[in-house]
Amino acid sequence: MNKPKVTLAVTGLNNTDNPGPGVPVIRSVRESEAFDLTVIGLAYETLEPGIYMHNIVDKVYQVPYPSEGSGDLIKRLEYIQEREKIDVLIPNFDAELYTFMKSSARLAEMGIKTFLPTIEQFEERHKSELPAFGKKHGVNVPKSKSILKHSDIEKIRDDFEYPVMVKGKFYDAYLAYNKEQVRMYYNKISAKWGLPVIIQEFIKGTEVNVVALGDGKGNTIGAVPMRKQYITDKGKAWGGITLDNKEMLDLTHKIISSTNWRGGMELELIKTNKNELYIIEINPRIPAWVYLAVGAGQNLPEAMVRLALGETVKPFDKYQIGRMFVRYSYDLLIDLKDFEKLSTTGKL
Amino acid sequence: MKLKNNIAVSESGFVFDPNSGDSFSMNPVGAEILNLLKQEKDFDNIHDTMTKKYDVPPGEFDKYFLDFIQTLKQFNLMENDD
Repeated sequence: MNKPKVTLAVTGLNNTDNPGPGVPVIRSVRESEAFDLTVIGLAYETLEPGIYMHNIVDKVYQVPYPSEGSGDLIKRLEYIQEREKIDVLIPNFDAELYTFMKSSARLAEMGIKTFLPTIEQFEERHKSELPAFGKKHGVNVPKSKSILKHSDIEKIRDDFEYPVMVKGKFYDAYLAYNKEQVRMYYNKISAKWGLPVIIQEFIKGTEVNVVALGDGKGNTIGAVPMRKQYITDKGKAWGGITLDNKEMLDLTHKIISSTNWRGGMELELIKTNKNELYIIEINPRIPAWVYLAVGAGQNLPEAMVRLALGETVKPFDKYQIGRMFVRYSYDLLIDLKDFEKLSTTGKL
Repeated sequence: MKLKNNIAVSESGFVFDPNSGDSFSMNPVGAEILNLLKQEKDFDNIHDTMTKKYDVPPGEFDKYFLDFIQTLKQFNLMENDD
């Protein structure tokens, strides 16, 4: 049987010690037997490792950061689209999602399909909005407060007990035991990710995560819970294991159903000693550890491509419990010609 | 005194709690007791089996056994008694 030809564009090829999900997303879709797949990598930097993985990407184009203006990014995508006829685009960075969501109609006109959350879904799960989210959807969240200026740090004691978590709006999280440490992290985070900086109540317990996919109609297409077994100094999973945890799955189903979540999602949760689950973050995209879910029997990136193509996807009803992953680093040798070509022409 | 249903115990003494993702390694005697617990044997039954098989004074076995059960509870491997 002839498989349908699908051209998939993916960002997040930065498979570093703080990995973007691009490479595992591509690896997952490549394992699908449903498509005759061509993969176009979209890279922001010339040394994103995925660019040079020729078994992962077929071609790579450099694209401008969304922070340089969405107009430039769209113009670049129009140029790429004329040449590559992209069917589906999976953006993988929190910081770029807003631009792609805002531009989804324009992308659709160009023939590029996406399967992203709505702006409303994206906005309401922001770290700074978590207390309101918890109240609206009836789920446990830590007390949080956004701060915009140094003088707010003095007032933290009015609302929180130390230690507190200090978080950037997109990335980075630090545990601070006093206001001096908050000040230090505030400066570090705001210089990198801008304002607000979020102060969050520290919930003691074990960090557990769920990768999930919602169909936008309230149904959960798939969900796999995991515990990080080895965490890097950047807080990233270097090893993990799938769990048999009904409470985590029930919470995921509840959130997806209550928000009508559309697209990939990573729930970051803390399980307390009393077995209560607190949502500390909802990431509106597939996480970098998604390949664990694929290995456990749920190819969520493939399902996402099929949803983007307008297919009906039957929800997964099981996964392998106790499936593990461990990351590794690998020195990829690169031909200078490849680096030169990408640096000078923006294409490889 | 009941081991949680979904706790997996392998022949090598590797114990996996799929709810938390925790894993433990038991020595052969620990694994043997855990397997008896998994078969829902009661205290008297385990006591008889182990004291017949091993050269251990009954009072001493009871003490170590209760310590072992406490440790299993501490690691959330046992169902709540209530």
